Amino acid sequence: MAFFGLLGGEAAASDAAIEAAALRSDRFRQEREGDWKRLEAIVTRMEAGRWRRLSDADVLALPVLYRTVASSLSVARETSLDAATLAYLEALVQRAWFLVYGPRTTLAGWLARFLGGEWSRAVRAIWPELLVAFTVMAVGTLVGWLLVSSDADWYYALVPGQFQDARVPGATREVLRDTLFGSAQDDGLSMFAAYLFSHNAGVAIMCFALGFAFGVPPLLLLVQNTATLGAMVWLYHDKGLATEFIGWLSIHGTTELLAILLAGAAGLHVGRSMAFPGTRGVMQAVAEAGQRAAVVMAGVVLMLVMAGMLEGFGRQLVDDTTGRYIIGYSMLAIWLAYFFAFRRTPSGSEAA
Amino acid sequence: MSAARAMPTAKNDRRRVMITPEGIALPIVVGSRGSRFGALLLDLLFIVVLMISTTLLLAYLGSGVGDLRSEALAKGDKAIARASEFLVVLWIAVMFLFRHAYFLFFELGPRGATPGKRLTGLRIAARDGGRLTTEMVLARNLLRDIELFLPIAMIVTNSGADNMGAAGLAATVWFLVFGLFPFFNRDRLRAGDLVAGTWVVEAPRRKLEAVLSTTRTAASGHSAATGVHYRFGEAELAIYGEFELQTLERVLREDQPEALVAVHTAICRKIGWEPGAGDERAFLEAYYTQLRARLESGMRLGQRKADKHG
Repeated sequence: MAFFGLLGGEAAASDAAIEAAALRSDRFRQEREGDWKRLEAIVTRMEAGRWRRLSDADVLALPVLYRTVASSLSVARETSLDAATLAYLEALVQRAWFLVYGPRTTLAGWLARFLGGEWSRAVRAIWPELLVAFTVMAVGTLVGWLLVSSDADWYYALVPGQFQDARVPGATREVLRDTLFGSAQDDGLSMFAAYLFSHNAGVAIMCFALGFAFGVPPLLLLVQNTATLGAMVWLYHDKGLATEFIGWLSIHGTTELLAILLAGAAGLHVGRSMAFPGTRGVMQAVAEAGQRAAVVMAGVVLMLVMAGMLEGFGRQLVDDTTGRYIIGYSMLAIWLAYFFAFRRTPSGSEAA
Repeated sequence: MSAARAMPTAKNDRRRVMITPEGIALPIVVGSRGSRFGALLLDLLFIVVLMISTTLLLAYLGSGVGDLRSEALAKGDKAIARASEFLVVLWIAVMFLFRHAYFLFFELGPRGATPGKRLTGLRIAARDGGRLTTEMVLARNLLRDIELFLPIAMIVTNSGADNMGAAGLAATVWFLVFGLFPFFNRDRLRAGDLVAGTWVVEAPRRKLEAVLSTTRTAASGHSAATGVHYRFGEAELAIYGEFELQTLERVLREDQPEALVAVHTAICRKIGWEPGAGDERAFLEAYYTQLRARLESGMRLGQRKADKHG
């Protein structure tokens, strides 16, 4: 066996490559692996969420090192056959890429951008759906009213059981009046508000998410919910309490119904982009619409928090109709002004 | 690239190429349905554990407050009543957050993955290769509600009654439609991924392996054990290509004695040498380095040899 090594010694080409301590591609690696290791250390620390322990120099170095290592990868692919090193570089570049091009803003930064224009812009961008949703809600209310006024039995079909305590056709004016006023005992209000929020947010999220099925389910949900509303308005109107009932509803309802309208419109927007993607691919159209709708939805959840608080505290504490109208419609005016009059384009927008 | 060939074929249909803004093609592996399901189960487990432990903690606090409350009510003191009410509000808020904010919170972090995904080696990414935005994460998690929580809640409430009627059936069908969604597209997207423009990919993590050509044997072909200088001629190196080189690299890195012997024997037979014994590693290191030097210098001249047939 000792002889075999001597047999093939004459190739001059291999001599040149062997004379140094390493292959040329390995020397390339040895010269650069300091940078690679530094990037890996920074990336590992950032992934673990330890931003604070990174020095300013490291944070500044991240994009530079990312490009350095990315170019190392390009070169290595053309010159090196070391599979382990190539795999390492590919993984490292990918990890760094996620950080360099990841969601870079903090939650507070995102919230500032969101409230400072992104939300109202998203709402304005889905205006055709807003109109459709509004029409559907108006028609739903009307249908509920007409159905019940033609035959009071419809009331039981339209209004869910939980509202049918005292509020049924044939109840006296006094009983109905009591459901609107005088419940100013403040026990359990915050509990009630929290429950309402949690429940309504669930409905709104469903309204949005169902838009996935070509936008039909949100329409049905809107019709169903507003038909309930129409039926109840009829019930109170029948006993001459329409103004009081609308006041009772408006204090939180302007915010809540607007939120549900937005949620339904957001769902419709996704459904519409799926049915009519236009010149873009369906996948791309749906993704764009989905992201826009998600912004609207984040706002809807916020509005529902406010509606829950208005409903839980405001309605029970403000016990006269005028006060309720004032609060309800100034909220509506504020929302509309915010969405449609507030047109500042945010600086430093992340969305490209 | 050449690395793709070395991967087992079962993995090939999950490989994608993503182009970074710098124009570098990065290989990406879409997460398998199995590991995604595992990640989901883990996350649900974590959420349930969190929910139960918070509930128990609040109930414990509440029972303390409750005792005080009954005394306080007798005396007409409202502060204590408020305290127990506050606990209920806190409970509702916390349950809402666990259900809706758990996924959001973790997926917006630098790892882009919930604890369950992290444990199964997954993360989320933007499908178009661009930036992963907050909106995308929001959208994909809002959809999770109708895909998962809603039908499960419907099934649970309906299964309690004896008549698992139409509603229960509808919920089950609904659940299956969304549950099986990833089986009907190439990229294993669930409905939320589709609407958000995201996908779930494997999160790579690799150590930098040692340089193979720095040992004395590799550099000079000189074996310390036997004192032999291994030099291979052009004809002996020309028979193998990149695929065989990378197989050899793997064998050297794994360093299993049986594999070393087997590969040593195979190479010796192929190049017409008499296989000896006892010095396999030195032989293979020398052969690897010289083969790689030959192939890489060919590469620089634009001549590549994929494998022994090429």
